[in-house]
Amino acid sequence: MGLFSIRRRNILPGFGLSMGYTVFYLSAIVIVPLSMIFFNTVPMGWDPFVHAVTAPRVLASYKLSFSTAFFAAVFDAVAGLLTAWVLVRYRFPGKQFLDALVDLPFALPTAVAGICFATLYSPVGWLGATLTRWNIEIINSATGIVVALVFIGFPFVVRTIQPVLEEVEQEIEEAAHCLGATRWQTFRRILLPHLFPALLTGSTLAFARGIGEYGSVIFIAGNLPMKTEIAPLMIMSKLDQFDYAGASAVALVLLLISFSMLLLLNAIQEWQQKEYR
Amino acid sequence: MLKQPTPETAPIVKKRVSDPLPIQMLLIGVMLLFFIGFIFLPLGLVFAQAFQKGWAFYLESITESYALEAVKLTLTTVAIVVPLNAFFGVTAAWAITKFNFAGKAALKTLLDLPFAVSPVIAGLIFVLLVGSRTPFGSWLGEHGIKIIFSTPGIVIATLFVTFPFVVRELIPLMEAQGRDEEEAALTLGAKGWQIFAKITLPNISWGLLYGMILCGARSIGEFGAVSVVSGHIRGQTNTIPLHVEILYSEYNFAASFAVASILVFLALLTVTLKVALEKQFQKNSFHH
Repeated sequence: MGLFSIRRRNILPGFGLSMGYTVFYLSAIVIVPLSMIFFNTVPMGWDPFVHAVTAPRVLASYKLSFSTAFFAAVFDAVAGLLTAWVLVRYRFPGKQFLDALVDLPFALPTAVAGICFATLYSPVGWLGATLTRWNIEIINSATGIVVALVFIGFPFVVRTIQPVLEEVEQEIEEAAHCLGATRWQTFRRILLPHLFPALLTGSTLAFARGIGEYGSVIFIAGNLPMKTEIAPLMIMSKLDQFDYAGASAVALVLLLISFSMLLLLNAIQEWQQKEYR
Repeated sequence: MLKQPTPETAPIVKKRVSDPLPIQMLLIGVMLLFFIGFIFLPLGLVFAQAFQKGWAFYLESITESYALEAVKLTLTTVAIVVPLNAFFGVTAAWAITKFNFAGKAALKTLLDLPFAVSPVIAGLIFVLLVGSRTPFGSWLGEHGIKIIFSTPGIVIATLFVTFPFVVRELIPLMEAQGRDEEEAALTLGAKGWQIFAKITLPNISWGLLYGMILCGARSIGEFGAVSVVSGHIRGQTNTIPLHVEILYSEYNFAASFAVASILVFLALLTVTLKVALEKQFQKNSFHH
């Protein structure tokens, strides 16, 4: 396979049928509906478009979505790397149970996560009561949004690093050890550079997911104008006012950013494959 | 994300150069702290809140008519979405992995597109396409077909959101399996459908099931996209997550968490099935 495969002729049947259905279904469910964003934005003209997406409230929401998704991704990178390390390298009772629970944020509906965190951190909640006494406000603040996004993005980082960490050959670490490197040096100089592309991929996935996340955030955010309104919520409120063009304009900017993240991700993965082959 | 099995290294447990015990304890401790704050406390909270008014109230909350209607709508959605996306997943994976053609990489990227789209935008695009204020939507309305603010809208938005789940599990699996078996069957005179039913389908059954479970879990839990197209009409266009939201926003926390506990059960079931299937999958791949 791979490098040595000879380009073979297609001899199996069903190409026309399967390819035709693939293109049809992809167009009907994804491409045509997505193109509606463009068709609703273009008639606006340039100036109203710029006006719509640079309104102070919209700009504040972009800034909030990006900064909270960024901080959550950074937090997830640290927590995810640590979790992957512990789950791959150490043996302790209950390990498989914890490993399985890493996927819970994937499986748990976002609305449930949202009401859980909003209740946990409310001024009378299990954690909120203590934090309020210390004057730390989580609910109705950007910090609360970060908390929700950390939960949502966590599995992305762990599940991207785990397979890479599992395949690191122990000989490399033994060699470093024999040459007199400390554990920390080995980790810092040898393992971390090796894990870095996966770490970057995982956190980019968490970041991209965080920008668009809605369900888990709106309950804890409080949705105060200019303060804790995330970008997807701006789309929602424009829709509620039947401002379809405005909603499309805000969505278009968000989409373009998400797609460039996707392209960036592909670039990272190509770089990763070149580097370690 | 199905972990690709690596048969040559997986079963051998090597003794590694390991970290000193205090470091291990420290890192495990920090991880446990994270799990407590972000996984165990929220899970515990759901049940504590759900049962705060007792068993009777809990049972009443999950069996009252609006809750049951929500469950029915969610199940209907799942029953339509999962087979459609599974059928598409198999078809697309067949086209992509069994043939060479130009633009394959681009097509694969397009298949992942819905993952890069915010759920709210996923709902918005269908309002823009078939909402009552659009030309197509008003034409449909004149013919008595209502999509947005009714079940078809919820189904189609969910189709979009869960679109990549099955196909992205199948493509790497079928790429790894190659086409030798199918081509051998062809030379022995098997027909196209025979090849698919007797060779391809048994080979991919676990991966297909895995993708369908992920697709189903997301269909049950989807909130943002469904929230845009549903219109929140009680007893008609409320899915389980939307019902949870409404109860919560009415400060009926005990009922809200009671209904949410159903979703938690389903999430835990999903995670369990996922682990079980991954084990099955690794066992199978050793036989090859």
